[in-house]
Amino acid sequence: MKHRTFLWFILPSLSAMVLFIALPIVSVFVQSLFVAHDQVLVVTENCGPFGCKQTTTVDQEATRALKEAAPLGKFNGFETYTNRGHLALAEVSQAWRSATGIGDFVSQVLNLPFYRAVAFTLSYTFVVTPFVILLGLAVALGVNSLPRAIKGPTIFVSLLPMIVTPLIGSLILFWMIDSRGLIGATLQIVFDDPDLSLKASPTLTWITLFVYGVWHSAPFSFIVFYAGLQTVPQDTLEAAMIDGATRWQRLRYVVVPYMTPLVTFITLMQLMDNFRVFEPIVGFSAQASATSLSYIIYNDLRGGDSQLFGSAAATSMLTILGVAVLLLPVLIRTWREFNRKPV
Amino acid sequence: MFLKQIALVGAVSALMASTAYAGCGLTSGSVRILSNDFPALHAVAAGAEACAGDGVEVTKNQTTEHKDLQVAALTSNPAQYTTAVVANSSIVPLMNDGLIRPLDDLVAKHGQGLQKSQLVTIDGKVMAIAFMANAQHLWVRDDILAKAGVSAPTTYEEVLSASQAIRDAGIMEYPFAMNTKSGWNLGEEFVNMYMGTGAEMFVPGTAQVAINNDHGVAALNMLKSLMEYSNPDFLTFDSNATQALWEGGELAIANMWGSRGGAVLDDEGSTEEVTSNTRLIAAPTWGNGSVPASTLWWDGFTISKNISDEDAEATFVAMMNGISTEMVQANNDKAVWLIDGYVPGRAAEGIAATATAGAAPYPMLPFMGALHTALGNELSDFLQGKESAEQALADVEAAYNAAAKEQGFLK
Repeated sequence: MKHRTFLWFILPSLSAMVLFIALPIVSVFVQSLFVAHDQVLVVTENCGPFGCKQTTTVDQEATRALKEAAPLGKFNGFETYTNRGHLALAEVSQAWRSATGIGDFVSQVLNLPFYRAVAFTLSYTFVVTPFVILLGLAVALGVNSLPRAIKGPTIFVSLLPMIVTPLIGSLILFWMIDSRGLIGATLQIVFDDPDLSLKASPTLTWITLFVYGVWHSAPFSFIVFYAGLQTVPQDTLEAAMIDGATRWQRLRYVVVPYMTPLVTFITLMQLMDNFRVFEPIVGFSAQASATSLSYIIYNDLRGGDSQLFGSAAATSMLTILGVAVLLLPVLIRTWREFNRKPV
Repeated sequence: MFLKQIALVGAVSALMASTAYAGCGLTSGSVRILSNDFPALHAVAAGAEACAGDGVEVTKNQTTEHKDLQVAALTSNPAQYTTAVVANSSIVPLMNDGLIRPLDDLVAKHGQGLQKSQLVTIDGKVMAIAFMANAQHLWVRDDILAKAGVSAPTTYEEVLSASQAIRDAGIMEYPFAMNTKSGWNLGEEFVNMYMGTGAEMFVPGTAQVAINNDHGVAALNMLKSLMEYSNPDFLTFDSNATQALWEGGELAIANMWGSRGGAVLDDEGSTEEVTSNTRLIAAPTWGNGSVPASTLWWDGFTISKNISDEDAEATFVAMMNGISTEMVQANNDKAVWLIDGYVPGRAAEGIAATATAGAAPYPMLPFMGALHTALGNELSDFLQGKESAEQALADVEAAYNAAAKEQGFLK
């Protein structure tokens, strides 16, 4: 294709990408460099149903003048990125100096909100992604060998966890794992421990969220693998059977190699999705034990009476950076494979 | 005192002319209401909607997300809503940005039925009209306390001993609960507890936080001692969860919102045994303090600044119709009304007792929200036993300082 034709060909999608992806990211980046103006405080007498009191309020006239002079806020450079709510450079170096050992250093760093969120986000991503791929493949193989009559209903039921909205799904499970709920009460009987509660301990909360993540995402990898299984060449499989390959050997040496590009695709999608884990934390009320980068953004925007736009923007940029770093190995691998192929 | 005041107000004002007349005397104007979403506010909005017609248009958006909408919606010119119904915490962002107008002239013209205590004045100017009150306070089950041989607690020390007695009697393993869900609820419980010490949360006149001290440590330790008697899931307990536990008869003592009284004491969702033995009493004091460990809250309406004077007047008149004596008489048990004609019932006893005992209002400070968020996020580690009280308070202070700097309150 000529370069000129190619340009015209991709122009619509390119302009849509600039408009809806690139520009918003630039706007978020600009926002992350600014914070609110200095507020001019005055002490006044406030009265209400419960009496009068001298309290501090914002001097609106003085603050408005500052706001009109610079509507975007006060330029703060990268200081939002380095403050305690984000990379916390000062706190981390302080921890490095004062720590008694590497364990102490780690626990001091994990006490900072950003690193605590990163720890959970990464754990979630790296635990859930492989399980989703394995479980999805297993379910796809199982469904594929079912008789035709019950295949349709089985596929429908297997897809249900993905059809349920994540927030609703996690809320329903949250009530089921309650110590008076179906799952919670059953676990108490099985483990013979009347005090067992999945909501109380951080470890069990993490495991619950992991299990939920696998449950919710496995249908996605199942359906992709199932579609892939339909295209596995029957000749090769039959040849392998004639050569006396067992079912396991056929799977290992024919089906799985054939599925490798799909594994790359699912890994890519799952890494991105799981890195943005958010709904289950809200649904399971798990913020005491587990927070993610997306949850911090939510908390900056919805946690209190007023919003921290600069903070939320900085965390968003760091999340994008994190996704990029995470996807880099997979992308490099795909690029190499692409180059290796004869055109 | 508080109850008497309300009752007296009702008696006097019953004689006065009410503002609720057909069409509300308006001929034009647009009334657009933004408010939270619960039955008492539905009643108020319905009263305001009665003014619609004859060129007056009344619309409403009642949503639990109102706090997140209000600043953006009132910043536009003309504002999306002509009135925002707020509480003493959510009025602060509107004040900070100067988005609501002084109501003195409207009060003089149309506010004859109002009590002075309903006028929320800031620096001498009326900025909101309060119409209902709320507070967290103790709820007790008289039958269980009697079975365990203890009387209703008046201090948190007594709550601890009563809970132990109930546990020892084998009645309940976890007889106590409060709204300790990590986030806003947990922050509010610390604020309540700290208020019981009578100490200031900030250095007066500045945005410098002042909770990292002996009072703060003592408040945290008291919270932790109480959690010994609360179900281990306590960090997931919000008002809906504690109400369900109470209605299910699984609690004997709890610290819950007075506004839940009506819903619990009605004949739905619970048993006769629970409702007939439930009593709402004052928030306890603790540590030899004299101030109840609670904060008083009001709900009221404000009028947007970025609207025409005509719409502002129409909105004020319509909202006054929404908070009329007739509305209160028809919806008496839905809230603790601050309005004429209110007859306090069983569900109001806790709030009234807490106010009478001298509880302080929730601090209406521009930077209180930042501290509240920091408290809600940083205290769960301590309650889970992962860090010391001193470390938790240092974390709160550091998180608050970062947020307050970003909002421009600290240099």
